[in-house]
Amino acid sequence: MAVSISGGAGVALLLSRVSIPFRKKAFYGMVLLLGMVGCGSPPNNPYPAAEARDNTLYTSFEERPKHLDPARAYSANEYEIIAQVYEPPLQYAYLKRPYQLEPLAALKLPELSYLDAAGQPLSENAPDELIAFSVYDIRLRSDLHYQAHPAFVQDSTGHYRYHSLPSEELGSIHALADFETTAARPVTATDYLYQIKRLVHPQIHSPIAELMGGYIVGLRALGDRLAQDFDQRAANAGWFDLRDYPLEGVEVVDDHHFRIRLHGKYPQFRFWLAMPFFAPMPWEADAFYSQPGLAERNISLDWYPVGSGPYQLAENNPNRRMVLERNPHFHEERYPTVGEPMDAPEGLLADAAQRLPLIDRVIFILEKETIPYWSKFLQGYYDASGLASDNFDQAVQFSGVGNAELTPEMKARGIQLQTVVGASIHYLGFNMMDPVVGGLTEAKSKLRRAISIAIDEEEFIAIFMNGRGVAAQGVLPPGLFGFESGANGINRQVYDWVNGEAHRKKIAEAKKLMLEAGFPEGVDSATGKPLVLFLDTTSSGVDDKPMLNWYRKQLVKLGVQLVLRTTDYNQFQQKMANGNAQLFRWGWNADYPDPENFFFLLFGENAKVGTGGENAANYRNPEFDRLFRMMRNQADGSERLALIRQMQEILRHDAPWVFGVHPKTFSLRHEWYRNFKPNLMANNGLKYLRMDGPLRAARRLQWNQPIYWPLGLVVVALIVLITPAWLFYRRRQTAAAL
Amino acid sequence: MIDYVVRRLLYALPLLIGINLLTFVLFFVVNTPEDMARMQLGQKHVTAEAIDKWRHERGYDQPLFWNAKGEGADRLTQTIFYQKSLGLFLFRFGRSDAGRDIGADIGQRMWPSLAIAIPSLLVGLAVHIGLALLLVFFRLTYLEFWGVALCVALMSISTLFYIIGGQFVIGKLLQLTPISGYDGGWNAVRFTILPVVIGTVAGLGSGVRWYRTLFLEEVEKDYVRTARAKGLSEARVLFSHVLKNAMIPILTGVVVVLPLLFTGSLITESFFAIPGLGSYTIDAINQQDFAIVRSMVFLGSVLYIVGLLLTDISYTLADPRVKLN
Repeated sequence: MAVSISGGAGVALLLSRVSIPFRKKAFYGMVLLLGMVGCGSPPNNPYPAAEARDNTLYTSFEERPKHLDPARAYSANEYEIIAQVYEPPLQYAYLKRPYQLEPLAALKLPELSYLDAAGQPLSENAPDELIAFSVYDIRLRSDLHYQAHPAFVQDSTGHYRYHSLPSEELGSIHALADFETTAARPVTATDYLYQIKRLVHPQIHSPIAELMGGYIVGLRALGDRLAQDFDQRAANAGWFDLRDYPLEGVEVVDDHHFRIRLHGKYPQFRFWLAMPFFAPMPWEADAFYSQPGLAERNISLDWYPVGSGPYQLAENNPNRRMVLERNPHFHEERYPTVGEPMDAPEGLLADAAQRLPLIDRVIFILEKETIPYWSKFLQGYYDASGLASDNFDQAVQFSGVGNAELTPEMKARGIQLQTVVGASIHYLGFNMMDPVVGGLTEAKSKLRRAISIAIDEEEFIAIFMNGRGVAAQGVLPPGLFGFESGANGINRQVYDWVNGEAHRKKIAEAKKLMLEAGFPEGVDSATGKPLVLFLDTTSSGVDDKPMLNWYRKQLVKLGVQLVLRTTDYNQFQQKMANGNAQLFRWGWNADYPDPENFFFLLFGENAKVGTGGENAANYRNPEFDRLFRMMRNQADGSERLALIRQMQEILRHDAPWVFGVHPKTFSLRHEWYRNFKPNLMANNGLKYLRMDGPLRAARRLQWNQPIYWPLGLVVVALIVLITPAWLFYRRRQTAAAL
Repeated sequence: MIDYVVRRLLYALPLLIGINLLTFVLFFVVNTPEDMARMQLGQKHVTAEAIDKWRHERGYDQPLFWNAKGEGADRLTQTIFYQKSLGLFLFRFGRSDAGRDIGADIGQRMWPSLAIAIPSLLVGLAVHIGLALLLVFFRLTYLEFWGVALCVALMSISTLFYIIGGQFVIGKLLQLTPISGYDGGWNAVRFTILPVVIGTVAGLGSGVRWYRTLFLEEVEKDYVRTARAKGLSEARVLFSHVLKNAMIPILTGVVVVLPLLFTGSLITESFFAIPGLGSYTIDAINQQDFAIVRSMVFLGSVLYIVGLLLTDISYTLADPRVKLN
């Protein structure tokens, strides 16, 4: 208190020497600052004091999302926003495991039927070669409504008020919120058709245009026609209306019922129906955003989504923050009443049958660095946090049996830890076209298997990942159908099952394989020269050096020299596309929870060289490809599992990859952050979360008591320091010359 | 003087063309339009056709400098360099590779940069000059010796350390200001305190030593001796006479950076989550958004040239003996 008074006196002194307008402004600024302290908000609170008890989730974004258009967006940070706004027909059940689909905009799960080449219905169990078409019959809920938006506003004559604004009206428009009136309308099946057409719009460049063009009947032809017509238009022709273009493969039966016809059998299509690519898009929004003048103001569909989901993007300032607000037009949806057995004891069913969403607002704040983010999380200004290497030891310790648990400091704050193994894999690939490490001969397989044994992934996880990972035994990560744990699931080419645990084979066995491969002690027996391999990597920073040296040391165990070729990501991609790499590090995150989404990374027809596919190793094994074709179209069951086991064994033998690591995600959350259950597939999980605002406000006050006395100490120290010098100076000034 | 200004502005034109050319060449050496397309189109399911379409739509499928297939002036104008660079001279920055209007973004993001940069400059200037004068005032005392020693120590510490240390001490331990963030209007004041304090302290060592050197050079001159002989106090001599006569080198350092305040600070804005032009540039480099990088380099060059011109003009104001011919 005493410091505050002297501080005030200091301010008064300062103000007496400055001009009046500035004095007023500085005074108001100071009042604002002191006011925040006075009204119970800590001075380090980055948010307005009035929001302290609000039902709001505070989170962050590091990099602004590139696209919010559901036809273009594909990254995790983009889905974090748009999956809350747009509603595709399906979604993943929030609490159930293994992951399963449930209706979202759809009334029920789509009915699937098969047709032969003549269009005649086939039975469910018809052989794959007879199936010419698959038809997904989708019935929509009748209570779907878009959020209120200026694109829907009509005047009394039915004319759209804001679709062709004169330039004088545009002058006052800088953001979407500047439009005076908004309106909403029901979602119809035609909007889904419109969005599917947008996937092949020549200007949108949807990442799945090529893939879906191969499946949805007529979509590729439509894309060609749109491209042709688009090129013939004038440069400033405005909206490119897709409504008049027919699409053979999508039939709108009525306002709430449509069918999608695919070429052949593609069971994985159901997973795509849970992605925003297949969310509805009103033509009005497309027409509205295409008018001249809006793009120059950065008002576009890529920036201001128009959806029917639980939230609407109320503020989009990617330079500072983005705010999702509850959509008042959102249809009725309830919190799930059924989950896994442990969900009820863990409180995850406390909100069962409550109307969603549970949070009013979600604020994404620009935070580019992990250190300030972590500090603000500990102060209670962020509700949840991931764990970076910098703060790992402060937050987590390992128990005697190797389990990760929170440190006492974190426990004292009521912070909770959640870990989950990601549906992803980081691997070290061999270019199978390379003359030294590639090829399917037994000798080359042995060389690759020897390297697989020598690269100690368990050590890698311990040293470089703080234990946050699981050594991969094959292509499939845990949680996907076909993944097997225990003795049945281990890679017996690299591990032995000893005393109930997988143990990496001894290096002597790897050396034996090297001998059999024609490289005794790492020397090529044909030429007598040491074997030198090249690892292409994009890791080139100072922090990556120890890791790259570690790789080098792993191969030294076999007498093999490893040369590192670091390059930027673009050049790396170019090398991969040309097949110029020998060894490389890469990874894959699941698009959907189906084994096909991982095995296809080694399917011959997807080879990177030649076809530009995702098979970066350019692995082509006819037997594996044959099994893959059978497996991909099968329903989960014992037959599919048997195929998967065969495929895993082929891969373990051929070893086109050193199966690296399935990363484990550690996330922390405060005690007021409720209903969180990691769901690696669902992107629309914000609607299930609950915040205890009053508890958060109390904790923030408790944890953020400002300490003023060091400021006084600094002033005293300065006085103590200067006084003798001042006295000395005075003495010198007043001293006589002689 | 007007002749001089016009001449200097005309000199700037070839300089700007050269800078533009250099940036263009450097960027295209390490980053082809195919690379840009891959960055923008994402990492999954990117086909060669999609890359070609992206390049065509943005005009990156044209030759770089010379279009041999064109006729007449088209050989020069139907090139990437011409299409992407001419608008810059009219301050028409066009669209970023991600599709946003660069001019609108710059207009929006320069204010947070200024909100940090202007107070940092003014407070830093006042504190550094004030402390330098105090060191000169207390010259030949232990305060000067230890002051200079402290300055050398402060100069030896990385800016990053000041930022992280400042956030830790002031924001986390003492809990006096928000650690990072930004807000509009007067709320921005709360978020500028910490970066301004850290910016001032981080520049203390070099700033104080630099100004002390300037003042020491002046303090032994004849006019100072005359002032002392007239019986003026040492404080009056320093703050009134020495400071005024040291203005030319001070202006050299200060006026030239004034226009560059718009472009912000790369590290500060990143650590304090300030949505300014510094972080805009860093983001563009990370995302390999050539259109933004080119615009920001061009803007920075223009502002630097303007800064140099303003410096020359300010000399005439500070010292009537200086004439611009």
